Amino acid sequence: MPSQIVSLVVNGERREFIAAPGVTLLASLRESLGLTAAKRGCAQGACGTCTVLVDGRPEVACLVAVETVAGRSVRTLEGVAAGGELDEVQNAFVDCFATQCGFCTAGMIMVAEALLDRDPDPSEADVVEAISGNVCRCTGYRPIVIAILEAARRRRGAVSR
Amino acid sequence: MTYRLAPIDTSTFAAERAAAAAGRGVDGGDFTVIGSVVQRSDARGHVTGRTEFFEDVLPPRLAHLKMHRSARHHARILDVDLTEALAVPGVLRILTHADIPNNLYTPLKLIGVGPDDEPILAVDKVRYLGEPICAVVAETEAAALEGAARIRVAYEDLPPVFDVEEALKEGAPLVNEYHGQNHFIYEGHHCRRIRFGDVAEAFARADHVFEWRYQSAPIEQAPAETTGCVVVPQADGRLRIHSDTQACFFTLDNTALILNTPFNKLRIVGGTVGGGFGGKVDVVVEPVACVAAMAADRPVRFVYDRAEEMQVSSPRAAERIYIKDAVMDDGRIIGRKATLYVDAGAYARHSPYGTTKAAAHLPGPYAIPNVWADCHCVFTNRTPSSAMRGFGVTIADFALESQMDRIARALDLDPLRLRLLNAYRDGDLKAHRKVAEGTALVEVIQKAAELAGHELPEAYRRMSSTTREGL
Amino acid sequence: MAKLRGRGYASVNYPTGMNLGGDPSQALIHATTTGTFVISLSSVDLGQGIKTIAAQCAAETLGLPIENVLVDTADTDTGPHCMGTFASRGTHRVGNAVIMAAAEARGVMLEVAAEELEVDAADLETDGTGFIRLKGAQEKAIHITDLALAAHFKHGRTISGRGIYLKEPSAPVPETGEMDPDSCQAHACTAAVVEVDDETGVVEVLELYNAYEIGRALNPAMATQQVEGGAWMGVSHALFETTEPYYPSRDHGPHDFAGYLMPGPADIPVQHSLFLERPAGNGPYGAKGIGEMTANAPIPAIANAIFDACGVRLESMPFTPERVLRGLDALRDT
Repeated sequence: MPSQIVSLVVNGERREFIAAPGVTLLASLRESLGLTAAKRGCAQGACGTCTVLVDGRPEVACLVAVETVAGRSVRTLEGVAAGGELDEVQNAFVDCFATQCGFCTAGMIMVAEALLDRDPDPSEADVVEAISGNVCRCTGYRPIVIAILEAARRRRGAVSR
Repeated sequence: MTYRLAPIDTSTFAAERAAAAAGRGVDGGDFTVIGSVVQRSDARGHVTGRTEFFEDVLPPRLAHLKMHRSARHHARILDVDLTEALAVPGVLRILTHADIPNNLYTPLKLIGVGPDDEPILAVDKVRYLGEPICAVVAETEAAALEGAARIRVAYEDLPPVFDVEEALKEGAPLVNEYHGQNHFIYEGHHCRRIRFGDVAEAFARADHVFEWRYQSAPIEQAPAETTGCVVVPQADGRLRIHSDTQACFFTLDNTALILNTPFNKLRIVGGTVGGGFGGKVDVVVEPVACVAAMAADRPVRFVYDRAEEMQVSSPRAAERIYIKDAVMDDGRIIGRKATLYVDAGAYARHSPYGTTKAAAHLPGPYAIPNVWADCHCVFTNRTPSSAMRGFGVTIADFALESQMDRIARALDLDPLRLRLLNAYRDGDLKAHRKVAEGTALVEVIQKAAELAGHELPEAYRRMSSTTREGL
Repeated sequence: MAKLRGRGYASVNYPTGMNLGGDPSQALIHATTTGTFVISLSSVDLGQGIKTIAAQCAAETLGLPIENVLVDTADTDTGPHCMGTFASRGTHRVGNAVIMAAAEARGVMLEVAAEELEVDAADLETDGTGFIRLKGAQEKAIHITDLALAAHFKHGRTISGRGIYLKEPSAPVPETGEMDPDSCQAHACTAAVVEVDDETGVVEVLELYNAYEIGRALNPAMATQQVEGGAWMGVSHALFETTEPYYPSRDHGPHDFAGYLMPGPADIPVQHSLFLERPAGNGPYGAKGIGEMTANAPIPAIANAIFDACGVRLESMPFTPERVLRGLDALRDT
């Protein structure tokens, strides 16, 4: 099979690139488009560090053949801070000391974005479930759960204002 | 305030806290920055994805390295056939031991520990499942993997040994010829020893003698980011190594020795690492990636996949520990004998160091006047173990503190009172003959008891690390 | 069939610094012409936060705001030697090296300020706001930006400093093990509350009560991160983790996070933690290394709590449902 030109809408911008057959969305983002926020933690779909949103749904980009999502909308962590301003989730992760080594952070934030887009007022159990596919080896998870709940609170506050 | 803080108890050691602060803060006044919550300087990079980890470095013409690894626990290599692998489209080079300038090494040679005992790429023998034999350098990761899969190695199986005590028996298969026996030798001794007081006399005098055995299995550091590097040849002939090593100069110096190159030909750029926990102090990716980059004359990336990280990268060692205690009716431990076996796997790596660290930790944070310990660093046919968070200590603590609980139960004593009775205090001579200072075991026990609602009698609440009160 | 609750204890100590010493780290610091101080290191941040801690130590010693401090690490061409991030040594060794470097730079800073202000350097003070002032005369002051410009363009002085920390190596006496292995010791005590399901063998850790003695919490929020994440790893080690589940057999080793189990966010106990500070005389502002210690006490505390709950003494890690059930079976057989 020859390589083909794949077109994606990435963080709101249409991007085209040449993809070899079977190349993953993760490899395409990182190596063809230079978007390195999503990380390769396991390449087995089991750690969540490569999570991006495809049409708003969280997907582990390491398991997605890029040609299967051609034409669709992909959101990565680079697209979250609009105009360089951190959003509520990012700010809450900073304020709640929810990062240590930072390697799982991109995946955690993207999962949180998808959750809060879907449900602006999640319970703690909802947050726990949302991040249950994401591995963090440093924090013990508690600060991340708190940060996401804090982000939800702040976002609701911003909306009501 | 959205972050949470574990509270600081300022009443305990209040005088020492004040004395240490006096004159240490700005102009002898209060601290302005120390002791304050300062936001992490790296947090913004982490939440925006701008933090640059080594694998985010994507130089043009990047080639990829994958390893062909041993399929046997212990075997002679009869033949290595690269024919099919070299025919895979995109394969640029296949490195064997003959391509590595100084193929035999041991990482602790930098602090004078020998002998060299481990090949970068296997020569005539493999000593554990997953040992690297050939390195395939290719245009793409897929081609490198395909090439590695098509290397054919003919083996003649040798009997493996997996159990530390089996390995030390007469007639056990010899794991590592460079050592000549299945254990590391400490200055002429078969193990790292602690000899303090007279344990035989203590056991003779004791009201009770307790002996139990403890065992752990290897544990993976499992950092979110796997071990790896990107080597970029520079215009001036040097190599720039982007690495997630936990120790830049340690990696640089070891790599230069393996490459037989001047130290200043190498430059390590790192310092931003996706978790380590001890798993990134071995020097296992940089040397071969450097050889590959020089051979291919282009940038090379060598990064472990998750399966390699789990089964090939060095784990925390399995340990087997026997503890025998001489105990009086009132709970005072008057003698402790510990025999500890560290399963180093096939090569020494950092295990001789970790075993000595384990010896220094014995008999735990207790004032025991008679201590005997033999700490063995044993070679077996498994993945070499190495450093992990709590190196030499974590598993010993499991054994020591299980032992304390069992003694308390056997004597029907409160487990915290037993510990307070035996806790080391300032001025105690430790088993390695260093005088204890700055101790605080008594106080953390008292505070944990308070937190957990465990009642201690007044006499035990009044105990202190700085006095002998209540003893 | 029941869920059995139990409580267990463990207390531990942990050494700071490479075993036996001999592990130097260096720091260099210099002021830019506009008064930012750049710390050059080759030290590695694994997530524990040495970049932030180094900046705090420098800011405190210089007497300047932390916004005036940058940390440049880790490039072996530009950063001086560091032995590495391991052995709970980073904060202790690098912190001390940074303090030494910053103290030398502070000395130059005050000398140049004395010349600028035409006063004696010994009469000058800093207050952490960016000004160097004459004690008792608030208006007699110069800002670090003006001072750094003057140092460079007017006085021809570099405001810089060099620091190193080395604990000289100790060799053990082979016969007795006599040695000086560490720089100081941190301490911890854990009480664990567990629930054991005697039908499935599953152990759930419900609560951890932890008291830690850490010398000094240089950054209390980051110290909290260390102890909380470390205690999680202790729970993980206790209940789940191994690459060789049937050790010493090499079979059935996991190759991925589906097989290598760790507690997820739904499996974590409530942690109640408390810090004590007994400053170490040789620690940076009294701090001891805590990164490693925090995983240790939970493991035996959980083992002891399991015994308390169901009478099974687990002598092998990890404490899997299989081991718990085999232990319960053995109790029934006797």
